[in-house]
Amino acid sequence: MRLNQVFKFYESKDDEFVTVYFEGKELRVPSGISVASALLANGIYFFRASSVNGSKRSPYCMMGVCFECLLEIDGVPALQGCMIGVRNGMIIKRQIGNMNVKKLDIETY
Amino acid sequence: MIGEHIAIVGGGLLGAAIAYGAIRSGLEVTLFDEHDTAHRASRGNFGLAWIQGKGLNKPEYVNWTKNGLRLWPELQEELLQITGIDVALQQPGGFWLGFSDREVLERETKLKQINAQGVHVPYTIMDRSDLLQYLPELGPSVVGGSFCSLDGQANPLLLLKALHSALKIKGANIINGVRIERVTYDKNTRRFLCFNSAGDHWESDRLVLAAGLGNAKLAADVDIYAPIRPKRGQILITEKLKPFLNYPTNKCRQTNEGSIQIGSTSDDVGLDDSTKTDQIELLARRAVKTFPLLSDARLVRAWGALRPLTPDGYPIYQESVKYPGAFVVTSHSGVTLAAAHCYTVAPWISGLTQTPLEFIAFRGDRFIQRPKE
Amino acid sequence: MSYDVVIIGSGPAGMAAAIDCDKYGLSTIILDEQPMLGGQIYRNIEYVTSGRLKILGADYEHGITLADKLRKSQVEYRGNVSVWNVTRNGEVSFVINRGGRSGEKSQSINGRFVVIATGAMERPFPIKGWTLPGVMGAGAGQILLKSSGLIPNLPTVLIGEGPLLYLLAYQYMKAGYKPAALVSTTRFSDYFKAIYNMPKAMLSWRDFLKGLKLLSSIYIHGIKVYSGATCLELNGSDFLEEVSFKHKGSYKKISASLALLHQGVIPNTQITMSENLPHKWNENQICWEPITDEWGRLPESNLYVAGDGRGIVGAQASETQGKLAALSIANQLKNIDDFIVKSKQLKQTLSKQKRIRPFIDRIYRPKDEFRIPKGDDVIVCRCEEVTAGQIREYVDLGCIGPNQTKAFGRCGMGLCQGRFCSLTVTEIIAEKRNVTPTEVGHYRIRAPIKPVLLGDLANTDELTE
Repeated sequence: MRLNQVFKFYESKDDEFVTVYFEGKELRVPSGISVASALLANGIYFFRASSVNGSKRSPYCMMGVCFECLLEIDGVPALQGCMIGVRNGMIIKRQIGNMNVKKLDIETY
Repeated sequence: MIGEHIAIVGGGLLGAAIAYGAIRSGLEVTLFDEHDTAHRASRGNFGLAWIQGKGLNKPEYVNWTKNGLRLWPELQEELLQITGIDVALQQPGGFWLGFSDREVLERETKLKQINAQGVHVPYTIMDRSDLLQYLPELGPSVVGGSFCSLDGQANPLLLLKALHSALKIKGANIINGVRIERVTYDKNTRRFLCFNSAGDHWESDRLVLAAGLGNAKLAADVDIYAPIRPKRGQILITEKLKPFLNYPTNKCRQTNEGSIQIGSTSDDVGLDDSTKTDQIELLARRAVKTFPLLSDARLVRAWGALRPLTPDGYPIYQESVKYPGAFVVTSHSGVTLAAAHCYTVAPWISGLTQTPLEFIAFRGDRFIQRPKE
Repeated sequence: MSYDVVIIGSGPAGMAAAIDCDKYGLSTIILDEQPMLGGQIYRNIEYVTSGRLKILGADYEHGITLADKLRKSQVEYRGNVSVWNVTRNGEVSFVINRGGRSGEKSQSINGRFVVIATGAMERPFPIKGWTLPGVMGAGAGQILLKSSGLIPNLPTVLIGEGPLLYLLAYQYMKAGYKPAALVSTTRFSDYFKAIYNMPKAMLSWRDFLKGLKLLSSIYIHGIKVYSGATCLELNGSDFLEEVSFKHKGSYKKISASLALLHQGVIPNTQITMSENLPHKWNENQICWEPITDEWGRLPESNLYVAGDGRGIVGAQASETQGKLAALSIANQLKNIDDFIVKSKQLKQTLSKQKRIRPFIDRIYRPKDEFRIPKGDDVIVCRCEEVTAGQIREYVDLGCIGPNQTKAFGRCGMGLCQGRFCSLTVTEIIAEKRNVTPTEVGHYRIRAPIKPVLLGDLANTDELTE
């Protein structure tokens, strides 16, 4: 977890902001961007831990090809953060290891 | 005999297990393996080490499988010691699952009939409430099933890798990228010759044809009848999940890495091993019916492996009468029978043991239609 | 549901093909994995702010023209669609992604023809430390800029070679961010080697000048450039902390929190490979390409490929290929007036647009050491953490091709379905066996082309019987 953010917004945003939660921490992010972008813009690097050896990973391609940006979003595990847009109230957690099917409720998010 | 040189055509689960058995028995081994994109039925193996439901009308097969499963832990341990590779054998027992009372009744009848043949295979018929004790994620469509304590699973790819690794460590001569087109016997030198299409040849004292689909043609060269036809089996594999399925079932199991393996349909399609979308949807439907939570698991890969099947589905283990020392072996239970192939078939093809009695039932000529008198 | 033409992808090739198919009166639908049209190069083209547009430049802005034409046409556009199977006779199966798990059930539509316009992806850059958090592709940097308006805030090093890398450096500077360094793997000698491609390249003097302008502005703005870097390593414990490399004989270290890697793009061949269609190895571009006729049609099928997915040609040429495919398809479905004239024009245009290509390919040819890792501990398959050393061991064990290595060690079996490791694995095996990549071959790709929920495939509605 970095204290300094590695990415910043280059222009001030006049449009709406939404509130999302990452590992319990509240973040204010512009609407209309992907979850992965939102996290990177808030200094968050460590998205998931590999199931093979626990190594920490963060997004690489940002276009849906590399599957490194896996996160648990609103209780649903192993989703690609770069392919999903932020929503107000979204609850985001790291994806540690393999997906747990048992935890899911059968109804959709 | 010890010190003799044996050539084995086919480096899949069957060929590799027999090759390993031969080299540990003291023979010199040459193993031929085809190209990277060859059919390779072993890659389509489901990974079950299974006995329940097998062997109706073939009690010799029940006995053969039962002994094979008993020998398995020894093989796992041995491969682990020699190569450091754990092939993830688990033998906790396994389940067959049924979706209607009639199905379950038919199942019970079948298992009774099998046991009535003389070789006892333990089983328990369970209703839904019993099943839920072992498989808590079972869907409402499953009404009952049968459990057999002898059943289990292993990782077929790791097994293949371990066998090849062990062969290399023991000094086997593995020749990759070669497709044997023809085999002959030289009466003068009393040696067998294997030819590829370019005319290169290799000599040996003994010969084992374990070439899967390729066996039908090669077997004729050593005067053995082996009517093997390709049957396509489709398998689905999901992304890796945290463990939830502790027992293998006949259509669905969780591998040691966590992925769910779902299989398999089978159809006669000649040599077309592509996957068809309706088959994939059928398997997906059945998986979700069995374990509804799989609805949220992603399918990552689908195999359409071509598996070599004999007309009755049982193996062929036969030594040529005309060319003693030449053998044809084929079986589509490469994992279940791996230890049997290594510890029983290998010494036999090496000339170190007599033909096991039950092998009379596995001769290829059982398929020859006798002309009506 | 049935259409005359189903187009997969909405980059320049996809959009251009759709616009023209519509012009010829064919019923057309675009299926796009992304939520908005534009593909990668014109990402966010319909919603980008004017401020960002100034930074991204005129080439990007051209996408607006395409998007406008598309919107004015009868073409049906469907975003958030994940195609999971395409057959040779034009049946396309897909699911709709709703950003969660249980999506809608799988559907399939039929096109009398299908145009595969799925473009390209970043070439993998397997060096020590490339899996560390804080290391991304330069393409990812561009996507963050285009889609979210994000630029780096902490010391960043751009590494590698290729027009996209320099373009990104230029765009960052216009946005007010100066990278800590540009570590270029292009050597001076590469420029000389490309000389014999110069005459033809000079015919495309506009492209050439544009490239020069880009390069010179980078130097003018005082970005520290290291050319001919070798022995690249990315170091850090939990995330990137330092970039090290060898430059002019001595070792350099640069502290950085972000590294953006790039060594060109490669065709995305998942769909074309999944139907077992023949591909050839392009030694100039060091990648696999589907074998097509002059129109982009794949043999014994109703499938066409247009754009970078057919071989890297760039945005303009991709558009022209889209138009060529549309023309060819339209002429088969109805007689097109002056078909001959139109095709001649398009082919000439394409030829002109491809003229600069051999020159670019030669100068920016990715170096062996960054495609075929020497270090045994460099990760090749990111999904399953398989290293270069392990792959070489599998070759020792008898694996002569990538499908066997898949079987032996899970390499290529992860969620990315081999996209990120395929070329590296083929090249490592080729080098170890001392044969050509053609002889080694590539992964056998099968459906599903993208991971799909079992629930979507099971058509869960029908389960409640």
